[in-house]
Order: sequence, then structure tokens, then C-alpha cells
Amino acid sequence: MTATSLTSTQGAGRAGDKVFSGATLAAGCLILAVLFGVALFLVVQAIPALTAPADKIQGGQGFFAYIWPIVIGTLIAAAIALVIATPVAIGVALFISHFAPRRLASGLGYVVDLLAAIPSVVYGAWGAAFLAKEISPAYGWLAANMGWLPIFQGPASTTGKTILTAGIVLAVMVLPIITSLSREIFLQTPKLHEEAALALGATRWEMIKMAVLPFARPGIISAIMLGLGRALGETMAVALVLSSGALTASLIQSGNQTIAAEIALNFPEASGLKVSTLIAAGLVLFVITLAVNMIARWVITRHKEFSGAN
Amino acid sequence: MTSTLTPVRSKRSALTKGQLPKYAPYAVLGGALIVGAAILALIGFNPFGWGLVSAILFAVGLVSWSAAVEGARRAKDKLATCLVIGSFLVALLPLVSVIWTVLVNGIPGLIDPGFLTTSMNGVTGAFDNKAVESGAPVMGGIYHALLGTVQITLLATVISVPVGLLTAIYLVEYGNDGRLAKAITFFVDVMTGIPSIVAGLFAAAFFFVVVGPGTKTGAVAAVALSVLMIPVVVRSSEEMLKIVPNELREAAYALGVRKWRTVLKVVIPTAISGIASGVTLAIARVIGETAPILVTAGFATSINSNVFGGWMASLPTFIYTQILNPTSPSNPDPSSQRAWGAALVLIILVMVLNLVARLIARIFAPKTGR
Repeated sequence: MTATSLTSTQGAGRAGDKVFSGATLAAGCLILAVLFGVALFLVVQAIPALTAPADKIQGGQGFFAYIWPIVIGTLIAAAIALVIATPVAIGVALFISHFAPRRLASGLGYVVDLLAAIPSVVYGAWGAAFLAKEISPAYGWLAANMGWLPIFQGPASTTGKTILTAGIVLAVMVLPIITSLSREIFLQTPKLHEEAALALGATRWEMIKMAVLPFARPGIISAIMLGLGRALGETMAVALVLSSGALTASLIQSGNQTIAAEIALNFPEASGLKVSTLIAAGLVLFVITLAVNMIARWVITRHKEFSGAN
Repeated sequence: MTSTLTPVRSKRSALTKGQLPKYAPYAVLGGALIVGAAILALIGFNPFGWGLVSAILFAVGLVSWSAAVEGARRAKDKLATCLVIGSFLVALLPLVSVIWTVLVNGIPGLIDPGFLTTSMNGVTGAFDNKAVESGAPVMGGIYHALLGTVQITLLATVISVPVGLLTAIYLVEYGNDGRLAKAITFFVDVMTGIPSIVAGLFAAAFFFVVVGPGTKTGAVAAVALSVLMIPVVVRSSEEMLKIVPNELREAAYALGVRKWRTVLKVVIPTAISGIASGVTLAIARVIGETAPILVTAGFATSINSNVFGGWMASLPTFIYTQILNPTSPSNPDPSSQRAWGAALVLIILVMVLNLVARLIARIFAPKTGR
């Protein structure tokens, strides 16, 4: 009896193998199809807005004039979030990986992960009800003393519902993402490098500067990119916190708008061409975040190949 | 030669020379707190300002003392330590602040009679005005939203778990790191980054094309949530399946067991605790999503238990609409009380799910003997 006849005695078993592997393959392909479908259906629904005459689009000057201020607004909000969150997140990650007592470290990591567990709408409510009120005196001060900078030009918003507040709330939301990814990378630093640096008499900070950070740089960059992806697409924090308006350079006046918030605020009541316009805006957001995420993932995979980590 | 004759005592001091004494951080901290309190007393005391000023004074004091005694390198090290610890404390501020705000504002709403058992059906601005003017109890509740959240999330789970789990099995057991497996891994990672509102728009656009324009039901929202949930399920299940020891698979093959039965009877049961906790975490992630539900299920004020027909409320959209469009525009307080109550319920739900996930992972962990 050969090996093939041994295994072929159970006809049902072989069919089961085929069905099962087929099902797993189908599920995998379904995911690719869904991602493709996201792009396809958004394009199909967006076409009316892209081809409509300019005066039919909201604002009356065509889709491009409608979309570019909110694209800039989205980028401003995300930039504020990253400028605030990145240094803090790297500090927190270093604290958990290299400074905190070993026994506390995982517990502290869990505390930071709690930040990621809080729903975005709760952050939005917190930003609107608490943070905006508490921070508006600071805006008054900024307008009075730093008003010569275009970004702090007065008169400051008295409600505090500005793009800077929205950016701060976004910073809180992307912080756990950047932290947890950087922490993983920091922990992967080869122990021998660290100990060699310490043995040569480096202080802890010099060890981190010479051994940990150079090793982790690609990882940090991709963590920041993933945080950027989240900040770009985050809806509720901006929709609830920002009192939106036209594009302005000043961060402490009300005004500006992001794509995601624009969609959330207008979609429920929209009909006809307005729906298409908003879906087209969503398509733009999708393309931007897709590009950001793909670059981030590409950096991670490239890093994996030559670092020997993982 | 003189060094061999030096008494032991002075040798020790030579080794510890140029170092700060052990009590140095505590002394500086005490000094910083006192000086900080004094400065704040001059310009008006508040605890937040006190903490901030003291922290800056502490860092400046310790670093300059260290620079004077230990030299620039040690001082730089101290500065870095101060900054790193400081950033951790800064990160804790919003967490504490958010939880505190939700607790303080949410408890009055939560303990309101009927908050969990009634819907917003028939609750108009007039009731809210009366509640503010004459102190009548705040009417209305979140029953319809709670029901909607549970149904939509459940349906999303029913869609996502089979697809996600089967994909993970494909990647680990059948993919062989081939080109398709690599593509799936890459696009699953990319999918993790899809903005939630785009997932909502996709589901909306899909049903607009397939069913008809303006279709907004709980099922559309469930599809939107699945798009967000599947990648999370795939990633966590994949990690769990990967750590199942290969010896178990080989032992099963050696006994002549078919591959699909090996996967179903050996691999998955071994990894089930991790998979279950991953799924629970994925549920916790999507249960708080607002934007996709907002654009796919609309918002209802009455109870709708049919996922496939009619607008449906959910906790996140309930919070959102109560804050943005209060039931009574002239007296928004009852609405914000309801919103905070719902936020508290939502946070409790998410935290409980997170806890359950950890418990599952711990209790049902396979007994590997390690």
C-alpha cells in the first residue's frame, strides 16, 4: 500500500480538507475585495459630485474649491496633534521601557493603554465641556502676548472651541498609539548594545541616545505615521470640539474644518448631490490616510528585514 | 605608593566623590514644593499651577545641583530622566481628567429613575424646560440606544469573527508566506488605518448602490463596524495561532489526522483563549465608534429592535446628538446630563469588556506546563 492510498481511504476527509482550505482562502480574498470595494463604491458614489457643474456644489465654485480648505484644516489639526503627542509619547515609551521599575512597567503600560480604550465621542464631549472652557484664558494670554505670530493672532475665541483645542484632544487620542508602538521597538533594542554602552561608562541617557534611539528610529517614524493616520481620520473630537468656519491661519480663533468632521456634521441631513460631495470628500480622506498608512507599513517591513529584530 | 597606604575611609569617599548624596532628589523635591507654594501664593493658588511650577523648579534645581557637583554629563542624564518622568505624568493628566469629568457629570444622569429603562420617545423640549424651571425629574433614557448598540455590535461580531478567524487560519496554516498571504497581511495592516468615518461611508455607499439611495438601518452600521473590526480580529488571531507549538500539529499529522481536523481540533482549541480575548478587545474597540453609525444608521428616539429596517439609535450617537442638538435648545442642561450619563455607561461597557478580555486570556490559557 502506498502513502497516497493510505490517505485516500477517507473520501469525506479529503473533501473536508478542500472545503476548509477553500473557506479560509475565500475569507482572505474577501478582505482584499472589501478594501477594493471601499475604493470602488466611494468612487462610484463620488462621480456625480466630481462631474457636476461648479455652481451646483456647495459654495458654488466647484468641488476643488470646496475640498481644499478642509484638506488644509485636516492637515493643520493633525500637525498640531503630532507636534504635541510625539515628544510626550516617546517620553512615556522610554519611561515604561527603560526608566520605570521592572515590576511596575507592564502595569503602567496598561494605564496608558486605557487612554486608547476610551471612546472618541467621550473625548469629544470632554474636550467641548471641560478642556475648551479651561483653556480659553490661555488663548487670551497668547493673543495678547504672542499675537504678532500669525498662528496666535487675536481676537481669541472666548469659548475655547478652536482648532488648537481640537488638536490637543487629537493629541491625547494618538498618544497611546505612538506610545505602544515605540515601546515595543524600544524593548527590542539588543540588550548587548545597551550593556556595552553602559559598560563603557555611558550614563543612562547616553546609552539611550547611542544604542536605543538609533536602533528605534525607523520604528518611531512609522509609529508617528500611524498616529498621523489616526489623527487625520478622527471625527468626533473635531466635530464636537471645533466651532467650524472658513480657513484661518490663527489657531486660537474659531474657524477651520476637517474632512471627517465636515462629513459627520452634514451627512445625516444630506440628500442628492450633497451626499455625493461628502462621499467624494471621504474618498479624498481615504486616499490621504491610505498613502500615510502604506508608507508607515512599508517603513516597518523594510526595518524588519534588515534589523534582525522580531 | 601612597595610595596603598591611604586608609579605607578616605578611599570610600574618593569613590563617591563627585556624586550627589542619595537624599538629593527628595531634598530638591521638598524645596521645590515649598518654593512653588510660595510663588503660587503670590499670584493666586491653584493645585494645577502648583504642580507645574514645582515640577519645573524640581527639574531646574536638581539639574543645576548635579551640574555643579557631578559635571555636565551626569546633569544631562538627570535632565533626561526628569523629562521622561514628566512626560509620563503629563500623559496621565488627560486620563484622570476624562474619567473624573465623566464620573462627576455622569452619575446624576445614571441614577435618574428610568434612565436605563426608558427611551427618548415622546420626550420633547417642554419636559426639559419643566425639569429646569420647576425641578421636575429629567425625563427620557437610553434604553433604545443601549438596545441599538448591543444589536449592531452583535451583528458586526457575527460578521467579523468568522471572516477574521478564517483569514487568520489561511495566513498561518495555508498561506506558506506566499505572495497572496503577504498581500493579505499588508492590506489588513492598511485596513487597520481606515478612518472610521470612511468605513461608514463605504457601507452607506454600498447599500445605496445595492438596496437603494438613503438606506439607513442597523445592518448597514454593522457592516461599517465589521470593516473596522475584521483587521483587528485577523491580527490578534494570527498572533495567537502563530504561537501554537508546531509539535502539536506534527503529532496530529503523525497520527494520520487530516489538516482541517488538526486545525479545528488541535490548533484552535489551544489558541482559543487568546482568540477570545482578541475578539473581546475588538468588540470593545468598535462599541464606542460614533462616526460610522452616524452616517449609516441615523439616529432614532424610539425603540427599534429590527436591525434590518428603520433608523436605529446607539449609545455613541445618542451622546453626540444630545450634546450637539439638545432636546430643548433653550435649556440644554437635561440633555447634557443624559449625554454624560450615557458616556458613563459607555465607558463602563468598554472597561468591562477590556477586563473580560484579560480574564479570558488568563483563565482559559492553555496549560502548556511552562
